[in-house]
Amino acid sequence: MLTITRDLHDKIVAHARADHPDEACGVIAGPAGSDRPERFIAMMNAERSPTFYRFDSAEQFRVWREMDDNDEEPVVIYHSHTATEAYPSRTDISYASEPQAHYVLVSTREEDATEFRSYRILEGVVTEEPVTVVE
Amino acid sequence: MAIEVRIPTILRTYTDGAKQVEGSGSTLAELFSDLDQRHGGLRERLVDEKGLRRFVNVYLNDEDVRFISGLDTPVKDGDTVTVLPAVAGGSR
Repeated sequence: MLTITRDLHDKIVAHARADHPDEACGVIAGPAGSDRPERFIAMMNAERSPTFYRFDSAEQFRVWREMDDNDEEPVVIYHSHTATEAYPSRTDISYASEPQAHYVLVSTREEDATEFRSYRILEGVVTEEPVTVVE
Repeated sequence: MAIEVRIPTILRTYTDGAKQVEGSGSTLAELFSDLDQRHGGLRERLVDEKGLRRFVNVYLNDEDVRFISGLDTPVKDGDTVTVLPAVAGGSR
């Protein structure tokens, strides 16, 4: 189950909409072991592509080092699909490498509605989980 | 003194849970071979027949080694090597 504030949910959706038709991506950091997403970090999509995303390696280093210094971890890793459903693709699954993270997928394929779904991806297995948005 | 190597969560199964291990070598290639002696299987997660694996980021201090010399990057005592799996994916 992913519990996320309305504010953070809306920030993810806004980022995805702003970058459409390129895939948007980012992280929400939270205190290590807490499972609480707290700090929104939009990341650059180094691929700048409508069908692929990759965190810029230097930016990822800085963000990961900062989280480590703050005793945080990536609680949510999000990205958007701009023409397909908000479900992890084969590449999403094969590159998922943060076992504790909630993988949030947003789809901006419809202009007037945004799909927002969350998954756990562990050793190649995808499990969808419910999302609870709290005010 | 040795070379400090920071290990990401997903590879800590090779280091008995340790987030940091030590190794020696004068290049990254030598360092990874050295680590593999004590943490069998770790090297294969970092390197393939073409070199550094595509979606694994390795940094020497704070620089991505792809912008230095990849596996031939010289390393020395006191350096910190950080491994981070790339975060990537797409619609397919």
